[in-house]
Amino acid sequence: MKKHALASAVVLLLLGAAAYGALYVAPTERTMGTIQRIFYIHVPSAWTGLTAFFICFVANLFYVFRRQPYWDWLAVSAAEVGLAFTTVVLITGPVWAHPVWGIWWTWDARLTSTFVLWLLYVSYLLLRTLVEEPDRRALFSALFGIFAFIDVPLVFGSIRWWRTQHPQPVIMGGAGSGLEPTMRWVLLFSWLAMLSLMALLLRARYDVEAMRGELDSLQRDAEAA
Amino acid sequence: MKNLDSVFAAYLIAWGVFFAYYLTVARRTSSLREDIERLRNLLNRSK
Repeated sequence: MKKHALASAVVLLLLGAAAYGALYVAPTERTMGTIQRIFYIHVPSAWTGLTAFFICFVANLFYVFRRQPYWDWLAVSAAEVGLAFTTVVLITGPVWAHPVWGIWWTWDARLTSTFVLWLLYVSYLLLRTLVEEPDRRALFSALFGIFAFIDVPLVFGSIRWWRTQHPQPVIMGGAGSGLEPTMRWVLLFSWLAMLSLMALLLRARYDVEAMRGELDSLQRDAEAA
Repeated sequence: MKNLDSVFAAYLIAWGVFFAYYLTVARRTSSLREDIERLRNLLNRSK
């Protein structure tokens, strides 16, 4: 309990420092002005969401080959946490887009593939509620989770492969891309803060699944008694 | 500072989403903890 409180305090501190960096340390962008500061929460949330879906994908693969329940617990936890981060991406994006583009939303490749990704992982969680038997539920959702991950490289590549209204990548974007050094440090620090939040949420969510497993086993004992 | 309200709104919404999610996880944890405790007591009494 003490460890958990300490970890939560560290995460809060990192998030506070990241927000301070984004609002007061990073220089104001020349063409967009203040609104560009949304970038420091939007982009790290997107990267962290994709990281969580990658963890979900790896855990699903391990479940399919090893059939150990804790891989299923990790997969569903990572899917739910990834969904929380992607929800933030889908909300903060339009808040930035409205003053810059004059519209809240457009169906370009990056926005559409991100929305499809969100729908796929909502479906993954819904699918789990439809299958009662734990082993079948874990296997079906693992197979669906592996399929859903196909959209992650599409989201990553969408602004590299196609012309989109969404801004071009500033990191790993090839020649001509890049960020002013202070902006880059604030961005990377914000990502670190988001990753620490992801680790905290993932741990808490995994504990829920582990407790569900314990409850199921106690219920079986109670029925047998 | 044009659009500063939109920037603050984006940060508040983001933190709100994470906080609300954390609350749902905490609620599920405490409800499961109670269920486990109740079942354990039931099994101990039946032994």
